[in-house]
Order: sequence, then structure tokens, then C-alpha cells
Amino acid sequence: MANKLISEIPLPKSIANVFSARNISTAKDALSLTEFELMELLDVGLTEVRSALSQISEIVAPPYQTALSLMEQRFQNEHLGGHFPTGLKGLDAALCGGIPFGVLTELVGPAGIGKTQFCLKLSLLASLPTNYGGLDGRVIYIDVESKFSSRRLLEIGLRSFPEIFQMKEMAQEMAGRILVLRPTSLAEFTQSLEQIKVSLLQNQVKMLVIDSMAALVSGEHEQGARRQQTLSWHISFIKSLAEFSRIPVVVTNQVRSRNHDDASRYSFQVQSRDGAIETPMQYDSHLVAALGIQWAHAVTTRLVLEAKSGERFIKVAKSPISPPLAFPFHITSSGISLLSDDGKEVMGPEINAIHCQGSFPQTSENAGHNEIINFGMEGLL
Amino acid sequence: MEIWRLPISASQRGKLISAGYTSLSSLSSISSSDLARELKVSESEAMNILKVASHSRGSETSNASCSIVEGALSAWDMLHDEESLMHITTSSADLDNILGGGIHCKEVTEIGWSSLSLIVNSVLKYKLTTAFGSESIIFMLIGGVPGIGKTQLGIQIAVNVQIPNDFGGLGGKAIYIDTEGSFMVERAFQIAEACIEDMSEYNRFLRKDFQECKIKMLPQDILENIFYFRICSYTEQIALINYLDKFLSEHKDVGIVVLCRVKVIVVDSVTFHFRQDFDDMALRTRVLSGMALKLMNLAKRFSLAVVLLNQVTTKHTEASFQLALALGDSWSHTCTNRIVLYWNGNERYAYIDKSPSLRSASAAYSVTARGIRNSSSSCKRIKMM
Repeated sequence: MANKLISEIPLPKSIANVFSARNISTAKDALSLTEFELMELLDVGLTEVRSALSQISEIVAPPYQTALSLMEQRFQNEHLGGHFPTGLKGLDAALCGGIPFGVLTELVGPAGIGKTQFCLKLSLLASLPTNYGGLDGRVIYIDVESKFSSRRLLEIGLRSFPEIFQMKEMAQEMAGRILVLRPTSLAEFTQSLEQIKVSLLQNQVKMLVIDSMAALVSGEHEQGARRQQTLSWHISFIKSLAEFSRIPVVVTNQVRSRNHDDASRYSFQVQSRDGAIETPMQYDSHLVAALGIQWAHAVTTRLVLEAKSGERFIKVAKSPISPPLAFPFHITSSGISLLSDDGKEVMGPEINAIHCQGSFPQTSENAGHNEIINFGMEGLL
Repeated sequence: MEIWRLPISASQRGKLISAGYTSLSSLSSISSSDLARELKVSESEAMNILKVASHSRGSETSNASCSIVEGALSAWDMLHDEESLMHITTSSADLDNILGGGIHCKEVTEIGWSSLSLIVNSVLKYKLTTAFGSESIIFMLIGGVPGIGKTQLGIQIAVNVQIPNDFGGLGGKAIYIDTEGSFMVERAFQIAEACIEDMSEYNRFLRKDFQECKIKMLPQDILENIFYFRICSYTEQIALINYLDKFLSEHKDVGIVVLCRVKVIVVDSVTFHFRQDFDDMALRTRVLSGMALKLMNLAKRFSLAVVLLNQVTTKHTEASFQLALALGDSWSHTCTNRIVLYWNGNERYAYIDKSPSLRSASAAYSVTARGIRNSSSSCKRIKMM
């Protein structure tokens, strides 16, 4: 509505002519100016400007909904009340049923922890028919780092849903629903986002996965304000895509080591330092999410994947619904699964910490990992 | 009063001045046809100018007769007004305490997520920690790092404002302006449910004899009184705030007079769209301060509280990076109160960063399944700084 033409708004003829004569053609142009700037520019009195602005505003302002009608609408129109189950029972319970539709869900963690594995499993699940807990639709998978493996995808399918994936036609159909895009630059990514917008809005696609967002941005060696700006365009575009197509959007983020530049306290906290006993938040591994604080504000749910004392954990670090819980998980040939469905509540800002203690020490699981890679597809194809 | 202060167009003003009319009194005894001839404008236009002029003059003289300055209130009157103002509780007694009873109507408060619980009225903290008991106008800005609970605080306030008068609440309605798409209706339902449970418990505890105070509210009723606007660009944000004036007048007297009015506007977050799309920072500052002024006016005219949620960003000061609320320094002047939410050890804290009437203080709060509450480990934790 922001680009609504002023000529389409039923203003008094005289005022409408003045607007067009001064080249103020959209509501955006008019509302970006103050009343007094408009008075000067249009050469009309304050009352006329005010009434014109209030007419424009009334048309441009979006309509309201009561929270009740919003809730009823969600429950009527949406499968599973707007949550997509991940198949990890404990996590689903914490998130009120699964990954929420219409908002961004972020997976952040060190390399090799299992972010891509989680994404593969989610895309597979979304392609399944609804009676298997899926969304019965297409999935767009934007694979920036070329880590998508269809072999692994089918393996997960065969191990988790043998009754579907042992039938060749079914396997072909399910895998055919997952569309992989491999943009090589940010510009290409932008282009493909704009292209998929239409099909997203026509409801042909039931889930969007971007693996990974950080690789896209850090690939282009732009720093500082410029990078902030390009990123903020993408943030708001992806958010609006999620919102208007009402599908779950899963985005992964990398980690980087903490700089000294990273602020974690306000100026008033620094001042009060001398009195209080200082407990500086020192994380053993100094990892932080690669995309900064502006990105972190934009995601609605953040899941942190980390390795700590020989175990891997998935933590609900930011969520409007769930308490801060940590679940131990492991990765097997059937994909990611939880070791326990009872999450452990994490106190304080620890929930945001990302641990990665050296390489992953689970020898038995490393062996398992190799097995996964070498798993033959011959039986299937 | 001089001609250049009249709210008329620049060219009309120019014509008046070049024709020698520089003060209002020079317009007091001229007929519209004479003026039209002198200025070479149409007679209706001249009439209009005279109308505007006499209106301005009228307000000038009438004020002079009743008080020295028109529109001014004496400090004594203001004190009375303020005492009659009510507060919206934050559901955390500690937070309410440091906020002097809760969120005031008629002021704008910026919350940085740690301040919500500070707003809970200490009198009610016994059982009614979920009440939002404010009828005064506060412009409040609340800011904080991602995940600290800004949106939760916003939802809690939108629910608490509806606590009926019998329970020390405002019995108002809420407008929730969502710029980020982070409002979760499931969460609002949970908080509303918990709020009603708390009210019934309070009822049983303190008012055993009074049958009429029985609670008839359902969580659905609470959700129905939250007007939700989803904003997708800064233009829509400006337009909506312009339009709210009309919206509020229309929703003023639906049903029983006091019970059904909008008492709080929550904007979550005020920053989001202004941090992109803008190349011209001077323009951004002008547009933002215009918006803040309009919000302030709404707060005054309709006696409601305005709560703005803000994001934080990093800022380089004194050779180190620190967290700071977004949108820069000139914006921070516009809010009456500012609260910053932050982590302190393992607890969430609210800190009053700016307020004309409250001591700077911090208080712990926690986010529970039932909403914002006092920090579980703090019985008497308020620390004056």
C-alpha cells in the first residue's frame, strides 16, 4: 500500500492537482515529508495539508484484526494450527507443535554439528503426504555452499520411512518435490528470491530452506555499513515472504570467533562495575553467530546446535513460546534424532552460548558417520 | 502575533506581507472584499484568510482573560492530574516498584526488555502480579538484546491493560502494532489464560464475601480486545499513526464509557523499518520525530500509555564497543521514560535509563510460561543505583 498512487485517492480535485504538479505521486512521497515541508512545497494552508494527509493515511493504513480473529483464522485455515512437526518429539512439544509457519526459524552452530542434516530431514518431512506428518508439498532448498546431498536425503528417507521410500515411484515423487537452487553470489540469490516469490504466493511451495545465510553475506567482502544495508533488505524480504505465504522458513547461520569489538553490555553496566562483583561472561570457546545483532532481532525462533563435553545439544535459544531448553541429540543414518525428549532448562544467557569443544570426540559416532557416507543406494535405484 | 505564524500557504503569506499586513491587528478591521482587491486574490480566499486570522486572534485574547498564558496548567493542577492517573502493571512487582507503580498513561516509555516487571504495582503484588493497572499516559521506550523478552513484555502489557477496574486494572483495550511479524497469538492466549487464573485466585483470597466480583472474562474476550495491526513498511507505519487519531475517536465510546476504551498502544518494534530503506539520515530523524510527536499527542488526548519496543545495536564509545538502543541520539530525547532490559549473570534485569520522575534503578524479572513475573530467586532484590 505504500506505493499507492495519490491520483487513486479521492482527494478534492484542487489538492490532487497540486500534488501531481509538484511530482508527489505516491503515498510514500507524501508521507515522508513533514506537514510544514508540504505546506511550503505545495503552497497551500495547514488545514488543507492536514485533511489531505489524513485522507491518504486512512487509505494507506492497513486494516486491523483482533487477536481473536487472528487465532480463529490460523486454526481454521492452517494445517496443524500453524506448526510443522520436526519429528523430534521433545522439541515439538516445547515449540507448541513444531516450527511455526510465517516466521523465520534459525539454526546456528559450528561446522559439522548437523545443521545441514537437520535441514535435509525437515525438507524430506515437508514433502511427505499429510498422513505421514508432512506438508504434502514442494520444498525450495537454497543451497549456498553446495552441501545438499540427494543421496543422503534418500538414505534418511529409506531409514525413517521405509514404507514410502522402498517404492521407487514414491521415492521419486518425494525427492522430485524438493527443488534445489545453488546461487553463487548474493546478486544471484536476490534474483532467485524474487523469482520464487510468485510461486510461494500461489501456495505451491510448503517450505523454504536457506543453507546458509551467513555464507552468502560473508562471501562478498563488503564490510560495515554497506553490508548491513544489503543484509537488511534481505532480512525484510525473506520475512515478508514467510509472512504472506504462511509457510515455515528455516535459515542456517554459521559461527565465528568472538571479536573484542562485540559488545555485550550497556554503558550503564560498565559504570556500575566497581561496586558489583564482576562475573564477565567468558565462554570457553568464544563463538558467536556470524550474522550480527540486527539479524538476531529478525529471527523469531533461534535453535543453537552445539557440542559440549562430548555430547551434542540442540537449544531453544530464542522463542516466543518455549522456555530455554536444551536437548541432547545425535546423528544416525536415519538423520537427526533426540537422545531424550525431556529438555533440560538452561538458566540465564548461557542459552545463547555456542560451545564447540575441539573436534567432536564421539568415536563410536564418527564410525557411524562414515557408514552413512558409504551407504549404497544400489538397492534403491 | 504576527502574520508569519498564521497557518496559511506561503504565497498567501507573501502577498499579505508585501501588501503591508505584518501583524494580526492590521487585519482586524478590514473587510474581505477590500483584502481581496489589495492582495489580488478571490474573495473566498480572502474570507478564508480573515477567518484563520480572527480564529488565531480569538484564541489569543480569550486566553489572556482567564490565565496569563493560554493552555498552561499550574504545577499544582498537574500534581492533581498525575495523582488521579492509573498505572498498568507489568506483572512483576519488582519491575512495577522501580517504575513507581507501573506504566503510566500519558507518557511514552521505551522498553529495552528488562523493565517490564518493574511496572507491576507493588500494592497488588500480593496476588495480582499480572494486573496492568494504569490509566495514566506514559510514553515508554523499552529496548533489549534479541531473546530478552521485549515481545513478551509487549504482549503482557496488552493483556494486563484489560484487567477490570474491580481488580485494580484499567479495563481498557489495547492496540498492538507489529512491524516485525513477531506477535504470536498462541502466546497471547497463554498469557491471557494465566492472567485470568491469577485474578480468580486474588478474588478468592481477598474478597470472599463479594459475589459480584466474580470473573466472567474468558481468554477469548481478552484476545478480542487486542487490535492487531501488521505494518510492512515505514510509510504504512506513518500512515497508521496518522490514522490512529480517527480510529481512537471511533472506538471511544462503544458500549459502557470507561470500560471500553483503548488504554495502551504497543509498537513492536518502532525501529525495524526505519533501520532500512533510509539513505537520508536527516530525513529519517525528521520523520521519526514527527511520528513521536503524534504519538505523544495521542497519549495526551486519549489518556493512554504508549509503549515502544526498540532494538539494540552496537555503538563505539570511549574506545570500546557497547550496546546502545537503535535510532541514535536525537530519538532518545523523544521518550519520557526509557527502560533497558539486559542479562545480569543468570537473570534478566530491567534498568531505568531515563525518566524525569523516577530514580534510576534496576530490578530482576523472569519470563515464565505464564508471562512476565518477578524473578523467582529475588524476594527483595531491588537495587538502587
